Amino acid sequence: MKESLVGATRERLTEAAVAAGLPAYAGRQVADWIYRKGATDFDQMTNLSRAGRAALAERWEIGLSSPVKVRESADGTKKYLFACHGGFVEAAWIPEEDRGTLCLSVQVGCKMGCLFCMTGKQGFQAHLGAGEILNQYLSLPERARVTNIVYMGMGEPLDNLANVLDSLEVLTSDYGPGLSPTRVTVSTVGLLPAMRTFLDSTRCHLAVSLHTPFEEERRRLMPIENVHPLAEVLAELRSRRERGQRRVSFEYIVFGGLNDTPRHAKEMGRILNGIRCRVNLIPFHAIPGTPLDPSPRGKMEEFQALLRERGLLTTIRQSRGQDIEAACGLLSTRELVRSRGGSGE
Amino acid sequence: MIPVRGSTEKSVHHLDPSRLQAVRVTQNVEVAPGIYRLSFPRPWEFIPGQCLALTMDPRRPSRFYSIASGAAEPLVEVLYDLVPDGELTPRLAVLAPGDEVFCSAPFGAFRDVEGPSCWIATGTGIAPFVSMARSRGAAGKLLLHGSRSIAGLLEKQMFASLLRDRYVPCCTREAAEGVFPGRTTAWLADRRLPAAERFLLCGNSEMVVEARDILIGRGVPFADVVAEIYF
Repeated sequence: MKESLVGATRERLTEAAVAAGLPAYAGRQVADWIYRKGATDFDQMTNLSRAGRAALAERWEIGLSSPVKVRESADGTKKYLFACHGGFVEAAWIPEEDRGTLCLSVQVGCKMGCLFCMTGKQGFQAHLGAGEILNQYLSLPERARVTNIVYMGMGEPLDNLANVLDSLEVLTSDYGPGLSPTRVTVSTVGLLPAMRTFLDSTRCHLAVSLHTPFEEERRRLMPIENVHPLAEVLAELRSRRERGQRRVSFEYIVFGGLNDTPRHAKEMGRILNGIRCRVNLIPFHAIPGTPLDPSPRGKMEEFQALLRERGLLTTIRQSRGQDIEAACGLLSTRELVRSRGGSGE
Repeated sequence: MIPVRGSTEKSVHHLDPSRLQAVRVTQNVEVAPGIYRLSFPRPWEFIPGQCLALTMDPRRPSRFYSIASGAAEPLVEVLYDLVPDGELTPRLAVLAPGDEVFCSAPFGAFRDVEGPSCWIATGTGIAPFVSMARSRGAAGKLLLHGSRSIAGLLEKQMFASLLRDRYVPCCTREAAEGVFPGRTTAWLADRRLPAAERFLLCGNSEMVVEARDILIGRGVPFADVVAEIYF
């Protein structure tokens, strides 16, 4: 089986070019064809010698693959399914007036076991390689309209750190699509050692899934709290403030009657004191069998006001794609069940 | 139920080398086919349920393992599955007494308290419950332990002695007297739930998520379910 070139950094592309008998600078040309011009075949790379193209094709493949399914919401949001590792991953295209956001997946399934997450119910099946992560962008029909990329789809990005960092390098490099790091956000449940490496390695934005400021409550929602307590994650972020740490986002899914109380707002103000941050309140898209409920819009706005009173820049994420299984992991889980002979319901 | 295809691949963690210390292996034995117990002199205090990071080379990524020994015992023990194509465990498996490995300080907050609890584990996810039992006993506890093989029911004798009929070994691929023939989640789905103030889960993520869903579906408040993910 041939190895894919998608996902390769410039260094590896240069190695591949040299191995194919091409000059070292051809690595940059190959990158340009794959990452900027969207080439799907070596024969399209007309500024490479015919012999060099043949040598590349003999040993490598480009490795792009189209989505196997798409579902479109009445609000314009689209969910694309890509087949890989015997399962499926989702990429969500979220167009808005002034921007187009692509939400990427990094694993087939997830190990983190968060109570509110559908992806975790698939168990963990595989890490995506850098190429499989980038393919969700490069094979997106709306690719030219993408202005922002968020790593908030299936899987925990910092549990697949090496591949995520390689994909970020490509996305933000001058030999790749050249996205500004400020337009790329990577989310994490708070894998502390990997978070340190991420912050040291890239200027891309970080979003920490917080969801409740109380340790015991977070332990029930997010098992990672047992391993890397939020307090340690926040201490690390606070310690970087003097080093000019970029602003961090805190993702906060709002569950009705659970984490939308004045007590939670007060504690949020306390624990986030001293951290340059934004709190992003997210409507909960209910998943089958969950003991959690969405918080009504009015309640979310009250909670937002309470957080703002405590000096926290707080936004409410617009709910999108509710008619196309918006909850992350829901569409791919149903497809997985169908592909294995179930009804998908 | 969602079909799942699990993986034994453990996640890698890039720790600052200064957070790791060298220790000398006291013992490293295969306690069941493909399952090893590694021990070294205890360099610190810890709380039963905590884990540590382990690596052969502080410049290389670590893996996390729950501590399986008692808090007052002279040796720290960890249990690990040999992953034949893994980076760390094939090298761990050939370690001999006196060889060097690197470990972190203990960390984590997977803890139990006095009183009735139900412990649910698969495979080497039994480790934190072994540590708890060897530290404080197991009064008031009920243990479900799932394994593919009878030999993989680690510390079977100890738990049978401590818990008697409140020890429920489950085995999916072999049969034996007194062993439930199936997964822990099948036992949970079919039986009257034990009276417990809390349910502690440790094992592969598929089991943890499925068991938690079953418990919640059967009326256990989610606040009473604490899970240790195994990654």
